[in-house]
Amino acid sequence: MTFSVTRLTALAGTALVLVGVSAPAFAEPVTLTMETWRSEDAKAWNEVIIPAFEKTHPNIHIEYTPTEPTQYDATLLVKFQGGTAGDIIGCRAFDNPLNLYNQGYLGSVKDLGAVANFPAAKLVAWQTDDGSDTFCLPMVGTMHGFIYNKDAFTELGLSEPKTWEEFHTVLDKIKTDGRYTALALGTKDTWAGGTMGYLNIGPQFWHGEEGRLGIINGTAKFTDPQFVAPFAELARWGQYMAPGFEAQGYSDSQQLFTLGRAAIYPSGSWEIPGFRADGDFEMGAFKVPVEKDGDKCYVTDHTDLGIGMNAATKHPAEVKEFLEWTGGDEFAQLLADALPGLFPLSNSKPTFSDALATTFISWRSECEGTIRLPYQILGRGQPNLDAEISQDVANIIGGTQTPEDAAAQIQKDLDSWYKPAAK
Amino acid sequence: MSAAKPRKRASGWSLFIYVALAAYAASAIFPVLLVVYNSIKSKKAIFGQPLSLPGPGTIDFRGYETVWEAANFPRYFLNSGIVTLGSLGLTLLFGVMAAYALTEFRFRMSRWLSLYITIGLMVPIRLGTVAILKLVMALGLMNTPTALILVYTAMNLPVTVLILSVFMNTVSQDLKNAARVDGAGEYRILFGHVIPLIRPAIATVAVFTMIPVWNDLWFPLILANSEATKTVILGAQQFVGQYFKDWNAMLAALTLSIVPTLILYLLFSRQLIAGLTRGAVK
Amino acid sequence: MHSQARRKFWIIASLLAPALAIYTVFMIYPLVGTLQTTFYQTDGKLQVFAGLDNYRKLFFEPLFSHQLLNALGNNFYFFFIHMLVQNPIGIALAAVLSVPTLRFKGLFRSIFFLPTMLSVVVVGFIWQLILSPLWGVSSGLLGALHLGFLFKPWLGLEGTALTTLSLMSVWQNIGIPMMLIYAALLSIPDEILDAARIDGANGWELFWGTKLPLIMPTIALTAILTFIGNFNAFDLVFATQGALGLPNFSTDILGTFMFRTFFGNNLQQGDLNLGATIAMVMFFIILVGVSIYLFVVQRRITSYQL
Repeated sequence: MTFSVTRLTALAGTALVLVGVSAPAFAEPVTLTMETWRSEDAKAWNEVIIPAFEKTHPNIHIEYTPTEPTQYDATLLVKFQGGTAGDIIGCRAFDNPLNLYNQGYLGSVKDLGAVANFPAAKLVAWQTDDGSDTFCLPMVGTMHGFIYNKDAFTELGLSEPKTWEEFHTVLDKIKTDGRYTALALGTKDTWAGGTMGYLNIGPQFWHGEEGRLGIINGTAKFTDPQFVAPFAELARWGQYMAPGFEAQGYSDSQQLFTLGRAAIYPSGSWEIPGFRADGDFEMGAFKVPVEKDGDKCYVTDHTDLGIGMNAATKHPAEVKEFLEWTGGDEFAQLLADALPGLFPLSNSKPTFSDALATTFISWRSECEGTIRLPYQILGRGQPNLDAEISQDVANIIGGTQTPEDAAAQIQKDLDSWYKPAAK
Repeated sequence: MSAAKPRKRASGWSLFIYVALAAYAASAIFPVLLVVYNSIKSKKAIFGQPLSLPGPGTIDFRGYETVWEAANFPRYFLNSGIVTLGSLGLTLLFGVMAAYALTEFRFRMSRWLSLYITIGLMVPIRLGTVAILKLVMALGLMNTPTALILVYTAMNLPVTVLILSVFMNTVSQDLKNAARVDGAGEYRILFGHVIPLIRPAIATVAVFTMIPVWNDLWFPLILANSEATKTVILGAQQFVGQYFKDWNAMLAALTLSIVPTLILYLLFSRQLIAGLTRGAVK
Repeated sequence: MHSQARRKFWIIASLLAPALAIYTVFMIYPLVGTLQTTFYQTDGKLQVFAGLDNYRKLFFEPLFSHQLLNALGNNFYFFFIHMLVQNPIGIALAAVLSVPTLRFKGLFRSIFFLPTMLSVVVVGFIWQLILSPLWGVSSGLLGALHLGFLFKPWLGLEGTALTTLSLMSVWQNIGIPMMLIYAALLSIPDEILDAARIDGANGWELFWGTKLPLIMPTIALTAILTFIGNFNAFDLVFATQGALGLPNFSTDILGTFMFRTFFGNNLQQGDLNLGATIAMVMFFIILVGVSIYLFVVQRRITSYQL
């Protein structure tokens, strides 16, 4: 298709020239609305990213219209059914957009030239199971790890732990000292414990993709030691958390940390923009500890946000023009500057000015990457694997369930609906 | 007068009553005040000392500034006002008429019609959203206050009819019959005689139906989320992110959103009193 | 005679027409369409007729029937707390407010009604802030009363979360029974009360002997409104405990169960057919309650014309 060839060339760096040529053809700018749940990115999009795009694409005007995150999926579905959804669609990963695609709401983007600028492993999150079609371009990846209060660490004479043993020593020291809550984590919003606990540290035990694909292929089970071990590690965390952590929600944990009252915050790179605005102390980040110093490390580098096209949009050409642009170098650099921690997923190599973001992104080359375990295929049935893991983490930290029990129950519930395709 | 006697006898008792009322009042107002005065504190102070009043070091109007700059809040207030008052007017007018028809005339279908009209209370209207959306589009009412007004009127009619029916049943038959003998038509009886007698109930219904309309998030999100038709509650949602909440701006927006409901409440509250005195005059 | 009957018909019809028209078009029609989907299942872009299979799944597949029973049980508990706490206190407040000699009446009434005017977003935020173990509002207040040992992370514990949530809801909604009863008490003509006073009734006897029977229809009304409101409840649980009724489904009620099934939640994908089926169950539960009210209670309770 000539169009995509043109766009490929554009990506190669002649965008300015091409647009300069084609601009007079579009006298009236076309307005495209972008559906997203990321209200917190609105400023960056409205003040940095969209103006940069419109400067080189005067034929298009983009409106960034975020919906409250807990209402986004429901709202988007209703809008698709009613025919009022925006032109550009912010995609969550895996099954949610896959369902929208299967119902004919998301258009195919596989013919876009920009697809070539993404590694195959990142495209998987927005492709059909057989890989025959792609319905969103990858946009943002987030990485897991631990963020810590550097001032507190200096004050207590602590250094970044590398092994689990060091990690526990650090936690003990913070706890004994008593001035800081050692771990800013609560179990009221169970997803926080699941995502920032189990899915954060787990890959180190189950060796990333090896373990994740093992569960998918049926060669590994949750009752295997490498899946029970992270639960056992989490079972020790309760003593280091704030009293009453059962009623501590996700945003409580954020406040606890940014107010400088907690030393370590198990979380991920997506916190950086908000923490930059709120925390007035030095922050550092360390990756998930390993068994012995020098062990190979695994890091969750999750395919978090994609961007797609409403199949019913009246302006498919303009939407594609925009999507192509989000797959390029300019967008990657803008994203890196405006929203550090929301890492571009393309092959572009932007430079990062934010120290925390630089630390996180350095793990991409040091460690082997993986994605959150229950997201691909395994999240499809009921009981929902992710919800169950999250609830069990809360139980385990609260001491009402043993790691072995949780693992056995999870495997049993998974077996109840999931039959691995091949052994 | 008889009023003096119980007052004297019950002075210990009445002290207890005042203490109990004051205690309950405190529990009702304290949490609200907490939101209001935290809305003018710095974020650190909100979570650091949520109980303490804003002081020199902690006072911070950043939330209000953000709200003022970030969005077209005066416009949102206007939209919320149009939608709330519009649906309130229609609900009350049509609700009063329907309730009168159902209570005044015992016809064969009246109980079944009462049941029919209560069905709307039994299924969450959210489930009908897609059909409503298609309807609104077919009528060309997308992104208009009219769409919201119609939906909220339909949503509030059941409870309005249910409540007003109970109160209309208490209006004296003699009074209405006397009016009929004088040659008054049914509409005249309804608006001239019945409505003045149940003004407290109408004011109560007005307050009840206005609150869910003012506070609704769902239908503005679906039917009127353009910048020109956004409501206050929808506008406040822009400060709630997936991971970050702008607490200052949220508290400011929420505090501001309480004010109009309060004003409307006070207006209707006067109607309550008016109903009371008129009842006494009669 | 005949023409009079016809005139009466047209009067009734004209009184009912606007309400019924708007209501039927914007409420019944959309809901009927949705409830039809309970007999279908989604296959890609198609709706396939499935008979009663959604109902079979909901009632007999343990995965769903456990959630249904749990939500139903929680819903009844939620309702009982409201009936036991909200309505009696609401009546008591209204009774006191209607005492003619009470001072600061308007102020008290407005303050009592204040929580009812708040959106659930505010209510959820307020109580999470107050009850949070981190920020020390309730533990601080209890501590000041030397009751600090009583403090628990109530919203986070399976044993206490539902009760706490119910009480939050009571706190917010108490204005509704209060205002209704208050309006009913105000509608009682002074002649009746004066007559009772002349018969020597004191304030206490006046309330129990004269006023209460007169406001029985309104009390029944508040009961049915509470029932309907509670079995349709959703927002407050969703705002404070999420779509899963955390912790561990201990606050999961029919509304949240329906929402997450219909629209999906996080990685769980929505199933609009099954979700609508749950809504149908809610519909029948409330229908039974409302029918009892309309056909039994309302007929039994004498409505005194004042």
